[in-house]
Amino acid sequence: MSTEVAPEPHLRALRCATAGSVDDGKSTLLGRLLLDAKAIMTDQLEHLDEASRRRGFARTDLALLTDGLRAEREQGITIDVAWRYFATPARRFVLADAPGHVQYTRNMVTAASRADVAIVLVDVRHGLVEQTRRHLFVTRLLGVNSIAVVVNKMDQVGYAYDVFARVREDISTYLAALPLPGPAPSVAFFPVSALVGDNVVDRSAATPWYDGPTLLSHLEGLDVEERGADAPARFAVQWVIRPQNETHPDYRGYAGRVLSGVLRRGDAIKAWPSGVASTISRLETFDGDVESVGHGAAITVHLADDLDVGRGDLLSVDGQPPPTLAREIEADLAWVHASQAKVGVPYLLKHGTREVRAVLAAIVHVYDVATGARAAPGAGGLAMNGIARVELRTAEAIPVDTFAERRQTGSFLLIDPASGATLAAGMVR
Amino acid sequence: MTQPRGHLTALEDEAIFVLREVVATRARPVLLFSAGKDSIILLHLALKAFRPSRLPLAIMHVDTGHNFPEVLAFRDARLAEIGEPLVVASVQQSIDDGRAIEETGPRASRNRLQSVTLLDAIARHKYDAAFGGARRDEDRARAKERIISLRDDLGGWDPKNQRPELWEIYNTHVRGGEHLRVFPLSNWTELDVWEYVRRERLEVPSIYFTHSREVFSRDGLLYAASPAVPRLPSETPFTAQVRFRTVGDMTCTGAIRSSAATLDDVLRETATATVTERGATRADDKIGEAAMEDRKREGYF
Ligand SMILES: Nc1nc2c(ncn2[C@@H]2O[C@H](COP(=O)(O)OP(=O)(O)O)[C@@H](O)[C@H]2O)c(=O)[nH]1
Repeated sequence: MSTEVAPEPHLRALRCATAGSVDDGKSTLLGRLLLDAKAIMTDQLEHLDEASRRRGFARTDLALLTDGLRAEREQGITIDVAWRYFATPARRFVLADAPGHVQYTRNMVTAASRADVAIVLVDVRHGLVEQTRRHLFVTRLLGVNSIAVVVNKMDQVGYAYDVFARVREDISTYLAALPLPGPAPSVAFFPVSALVGDNVVDRSAATPWYDGPTLLSHLEGLDVEERGADAPARFAVQWVIRPQNETHPDYRGYAGRVLSGVLRRGDAIKAWPSGVASTISRLETFDGDVESVGHGAAITVHLADDLDVGRGDLLSVDGQPPPTLAREIEADLAWVHASQAKVGVPYLLKHGTREVRAVLAAIVHVYDVATGARAAPGAGGLAMNGIARVELRTAEAIPVDTFAERRQTGSFLLIDPASGATLAAGMVR
Repeated sequence: MTQPRGHLTALEDEAIFVLREVVATRARPVLLFSAGKDSIILLHLALKAFRPSRLPLAIMHVDTGHNFPEVLAFRDARLAEIGEPLVVASVQQSIDDGRAIEETGPRASRNRLQSVTLLDAIARHKYDAAFGGARRDEDRARAKERIISLRDDLGGWDPKNQRPELWEIYNTHVRGGEHLRVFPLSNWTELDVWEYVRRERLEVPSIYFTHSREVFSRDGLLYAASPAVPRLPSETPFTAQVRFRTVGDMTCTGAIRSSAATLDDVLRETATATVTERGATRADDKIGEAAMEDRKREGYF
């Protein structure tokens, strides 16, 4: 055997959220990606063949590969977000597959909240339908920077350029008109037949008018590294390590995560919400101390002074824009629970690693998820799958950024204190 | 310039963050340690998350009584090395107490009984969060699992009623009787696991590497010839060069023919594997399309 053992990939995996209406061909597309990128193992293929045969299908149904739960397979639909992993020589991928039904918009929110890129499917024969509008709206609301629109079933329209171009035009116009803050995402369009395999992994001879990359090579080349080094530093304290044993009698380390920016030894910092000041004396990892550490790192910070800093605190570096200390927060909420939002009721708000009590002070307006238009909150208020601009009042001030500035410190959850259920995803505006 | 975090480092950062979030917010966390490669990594990450203090969590092994002796020896040596105590929950004890009924016949396995033992132990020790090494790439039902997954007071999993997981803000609330199953390695693949073992120079049990063993063939898989695994008359043992890709209960964990003697050999084999880890080695998942889902609903890992 002479195969070289490849080194650890330099980049972290690309996180993709996929969205489409029922029957647009999303499962087929994912199956096609996995199959053509050779990420399907033979036992999975055998399983697929057998499952297809048992259902009386003439052809192996690639969709069965991604429909994981029995209820889904029996009903032939996808209920919950499924996570798939595959690798090409160029990159590793995580696919969060969000089902397309109206009642499961919350799954799209879930998938989009972690995505670098949203892959949105449309059936070229139907074009920009209501469900696609929803997906695009949620994608923009959640601040996904990159969108890949897969215009599928091109084989059904004879690979006609003008049909493709019309869909592309409609979608671009709709996206540009959405009244949401933050930078405009980069959008790419692909004329595809997931069934046949055109322009998914392999270039198609049927679309000579298209000279862009295939979907896979576009994803492989996508640059999504956050420009971490220039962003203001934020560090969330999760846990105070205090061994209090003979070897470490006075050790006090703040274990947590760099949410954005870079921390350096010697940096002057403030801890929020108290605002107390100190200096970073050590940046410790299990494998030894480091001089500086970037976005994403799980580390232990030591401070020069003995302060009252603990779990839930957020550190920022002096000389950079600090977070805003706020008790009154304007936010967009995506309601993800079966219960109704209630004005005046106390909830728990989890921001970073801190939980505070908060009441919903007012629902300013709701969004029509299918058009992006704002409307007065009707009698229905805010319920499952609804999205609204609200005002919240917290029991204590919390250090926030706007979501458009930094999604790590501009996002929060609302939790029901009685049941512990997650009620809503919040974005500070 | 600070370098962007590499692929394995990003996975490590995520897992450590999850470990700390749960430990900081739950009263009685436990880490399930089987001495398989995934739980070896989990334990290593717990050390990274909480050293130099003692681990602020319990470590428990659900022992089916049919484990490979090499793996048990490894388990004890590893815990002695890091100086942390081990809780053993025994499937034999559950059977002796009449809590679980032993399957009989040549295909009997204690795999499914582990759920009873695990749930009893969680209730007895009042654990409210259990860390496991499961990965989403293992199975279709696992692919739908949250990183932090809520179990009801009967330990059951309702896949239709899961909390959405948004950004990296984790909701770790439970009500009385409920507990969390936490899977910090959710986003790792088998290849990531081996690459990480190599990078961190972690020791793993010897049965992951090629060795000569008495085996017999059943349903296209090779099983260890052992008193714990009753054989049919037609199942004649023979000696083969094999290794294991997973190290579960002997009755349902198959070996593969392999000459992979080093980590690099294993990595090469994994990178070019054409059969999934569970498909190659686990009889328990061959039973039906939804075998894993059914066990998970009952409280399995
Ligand atoms: N003609 C044609 N049919 C397709 C294409 N992609 C998917 N389909 C078919 O459309 C139907 C729905 O596809 P499926 O992948 O299950 O859709 P999902 O509901 O979005 O996951 C199936 O019958 C597919 O075979 C395509 O590119 N061209």
